[in-house]
Amino acid sequence: MNTMAKPIDRRKAHIRLRVNGEEVEVSFAPYKTLLEVLREDLDLTGTKHGCELGECGACAVLVDGQPLLSCLKLALECDGCSIETIEGLAEGPELHPLQAAFSDHGGSQCGYCTPGVLMTAKGLLDAEPNPSRERIKEALAGNLCRCTGYQQIVDSVEDAARVINEQRAKA
Amino acid sequence: MSSAKKFDVIGHARRRVDGRAKVTGQLRYADDLTLPRMLHAKLLRSPHPHALIEAIDIARARSHPGVQLVLTGRDFPVPFGIMPVSQDEYPLAPEHVRYVGDPVAAVIAQDEQAASEALKLIEVTYRALPTIATPEEALAHPETRIHDYGESGNIHRNQAFEFGDVEEALAQSDHVFEDVFFFEGSTHMPMEQHAALAASEGDGRFTLWSSTQNPHYLQRQLARVLQLPAAHIRVIACDNGGGFGGKCDPANHEMVVSKAALMLGRPVKICLTREEVFYLHRGRHPVLMKFRTGVTRDGKLTGMHLQTLLDGGGYGSHGPASTFYTGVLTPLTYELPRFKFEACRVFTNKPACGPKRGHGTPQPRFGQEVQLDKIAERLKLDPADLRLNMVTKANSLTASWLKIGSNGLAECIRQVVEGSGWRQKHGKLPEGRGVGIACSSYMCGAGVSIYWNKMPHSGVALTLDRSGQVTVFCGATEVGQGSDDVLAAIVAETLGISTKEVRCVTGDTGITPVDLGSYSSRVTIMMGNAALQAAGRARDMLVTAAAEQLEVLPASIVLSRGRVFAAGDAAKSMSFAEAVVYAETKFGTLGTVGSYTPPKPPGKFKAAGVGPSPAYSFSACVVEVEVDEHTGWINVPKVWIAHDIGRALNPLLARGQVIGGVYMGLGEALMEEQVFRRLPPKLSDALVHKIPSLLEYKSITSLDMPEVEVILVEDPDPNCPFGAKEVGQGPLLPVMPAVANAIFDAVGVRIDEVPITPEKVLRALQLKREGKNPRVGPERFPDVHYAEPVFVLPPGEGGDGNETKDHYKQAVNKVAERAVS
Ligand code: FES
Ligand code: FES
Repeated sequence: MNTMAKPIDRRKAHIRLRVNGEEVEVSFAPYKTLLEVLREDLDLTGTKHGCELGECGACAVLVDGQPLLSCLKLALECDGCSIETIEGLAEGPELHPLQAAFSDHGGSQCGYCTPGVLMTAKGLLDAEPNPSRERIKEALAGNLCRCTGYQQIVDSVEDAARVINEQRAKA
Repeated sequence: MSSAKKFDVIGHARRRVDGRAKVTGQLRYADDLTLPRMLHAKLLRSPHPHALIEAIDIARARSHPGVQLVLTGRDFPVPFGIMPVSQDEYPLAPEHVRYVGDPVAAVIAQDEQAASEALKLIEVTYRALPTIATPEEALAHPETRIHDYGESGNIHRNQAFEFGDVEEALAQSDHVFEDVFFFEGSTHMPMEQHAALAASEGDGRFTLWSSTQNPHYLQRQLARVLQLPAAHIRVIACDNGGGFGGKCDPANHEMVVSKAALMLGRPVKICLTREEVFYLHRGRHPVLMKFRTGVTRDGKLTGMHLQTLLDGGGYGSHGPASTFYTGVLTPLTYELPRFKFEACRVFTNKPACGPKRGHGTPQPRFGQEVQLDKIAERLKLDPADLRLNMVTKANSLTASWLKIGSNGLAECIRQVVEGSGWRQKHGKLPEGRGVGIACSSYMCGAGVSIYWNKMPHSGVALTLDRSGQVTVFCGATEVGQGSDDVLAAIVAETLGISTKEVRCVTGDTGITPVDLGSYSSRVTIMMGNAALQAAGRARDMLVTAAAEQLEVLPASIVLSRGRVFAAGDAAKSMSFAEAVVYAETKFGTLGTVGSYTPPKPPGKFKAAGVGPSPAYSFSACVVEVEVDEHTGWINVPKVWIAHDIGRALNPLLARGQVIGGVYMGLGEALMEEQVFRRLPPKLSDALVHKIPSLLEYKSITSLDMPEVEVILVEDPDPNCPFGAKEVGQGPLLPVMPAVANAIFDAVGVRIDEVPITPEKVLRALQLKREGKNPRVGPERFPDVHYAEPVFVLPPGEGGDGNETKDHYKQAVNKVAERAVS
């Protein structure tokens, strides 16, 4: 046992971020990915990982509005960026229309791919309010889901788009 | 469905009870947990497929900064294994490694980085042994023993059963069809990598949070390996990010963090990398199969002789059960008067195979259903009609002594034929397009537990208090299939409240009654029946107290939509919470329990317990394909599937399970394969996983996935809660053969193995052009020395369910004599 060894000091990197609308500062080991900093240093465990190699989409978040695989991005590269994660999707107790649609249409089974899918879908709908079914499938092609067979995910996104557009029309 | 009207909750499409936590990122999976002073573990895995460990030097790793503990095989003298007959695995291999990826040492350190660095400092001296790569090699080289137990050589299990004289039946048939099929192995690929966190509670007690489907079996195996009383171990199954059978086996890493937490008195966590998940595996067995099937001129089955050879990989896992399952469920779909099956599982130097969605049955179902397509073609019968004409009956016994209850198979076939436009399509679409049909059946829970006992398979406890709060406790595990929702729905329906009013506490061996786990499609039926009993007992107390208060007869009390009232008298009514207050006043603190034990299997012969189930689900599937004759590319535009679910408790979730099953089936049909290759001799000659990554392990994406039309056939089964049968596994099974049959309809070639890749289609098309047999698939079935079959007379021939030791003829004579006297 090696209890007397020198303590490891890895928290050498320091950045500022805007996370779900809040300014945060965080120190961490410089080799850490954005995924690791979110989960381990900011306690935002809503963002998942299925590979940590850019192959599954479970870790997708929005960086300055763009969907991005957080496991492929060094946190150091994100200084000054605005990050949106699943934790920031609902407004207070109100579910975002995407979250409501996923609940109503079975878009989430085990739920593990769900945060990544939801953030990717949000990125899509923010940029293209009226995507076709094909376009939705294309946008989500990098998000693997092992449970749903995707059909109910696509149904959910389609329905959320409709609701968001209705809300916009009313406003 | 008209049935939905009678119920407040059951049969209505609803948001699942755990849905909100899932869409908000609030649900805590195992790797999302942290505890103060938590340490991190990493495993060192063997780079050799088969070797002896001569020495391990851990000195440098131990003195690496941040390292707290290094464990090796020496620290774990006791082996484990999910099945009592196959306890052949060690948390860390002490002397013998059996596949690339077999864990040999563990480092526990301050962070993952330090643990990973220290792994590289461990020096292991291996002595390489000859490697067994295939079942054929395993049979040919009994001298290279992977394990020193089993039947002989590298044969792990050898099982043979004969129900009636099959040779006689075949001899008397108009035609005998003989076909060999191969089903490649595949892996579960749950999106969540396995993770576990252990925390010591002092006095040799600890808690393990893990992504496990079976906390109860895990608790038992931990007790065995750590030599602790099971009561000192609390296993909490976190919600699984998908399991599909991949989180059923107790796993090395769970043992390692538990031991480390006990030794260090600090919490220890591990999360496997994706590559490690491919090594842990326990997925679909590669199975070679041979069918000899007798039929009459008009396409009725007379007898079947099925032989299977399973590639088990390096350890036993669920292997003994998997071996049975490549045979036992075969007779469920069609009338089959006589049936013989011989099954053999061998060890090879690859990750262990085990239970994956459908456990052992997709492989023979594929062979059987493709062979039926060939039979229909030869006899010039419509493949759908051929099947319809011989479906098994409700409330019948198969030749192999399985008791079928409700049976919606005929209705499933009719519905998919109708829905898909089969009659206008089969044999009639333009070249390159085609449709195929296939059917299947699956059990609703294994009739016997993994270890022998006569106790309940599922227990539920329910508490109610004066606030109106209802809490239900059950050991069942939510793996994404919706088990918490089933539990809440059954309790809510029985008590006349909404699912939001029911708090579910599940999968925690420290506080929930035993449920055997999320496997064999057992949860809805077994947990559901236990919940029905517990809730029924609570309802009785509420009714008694409310009737007294309202001064009406108990029989007139109705519980519905949060009210407790007298039928037909609107004035005599109270809220659910008020009724609980009266009940608590009358009976004291309120709590009930319920439990479920499956019916005894009808067969009495040895191993008659494997295959029987309280009920069976049935499915029929039509797949349409487009095949590009130049590239071999297969496109699936649409799938129709009808599933006899008994009753859909929550149709939204049931449909999701069906579509998810179709998705996974299409993956197995077209692309998924867990395959291995040998490195060149100068690079160690090792047998390595070809593609241990999500990018290279091809699976279906949102772009590949066709539209699925789901038809739920509801024929309630009396053995099931509200009549509800399983839906988690059955719908996967008919998909693979339906794809193969559709490809034949499209381009006239037979691909007798999965996955059906473009390359195989091209090869078959080339054979067709050359005027040869346009078939790609295994050419021969090896010589396997199967066991002497256990001979049992089928019920239809006067059998009593016992093994007949005498010659078949003598047995028949005896029956005849008895009939005469
Ligand atoms: S964890 Fe980032 S893509 Fe898989
Ligand atoms: S819901 Fe389980 S992986 Fe998508």
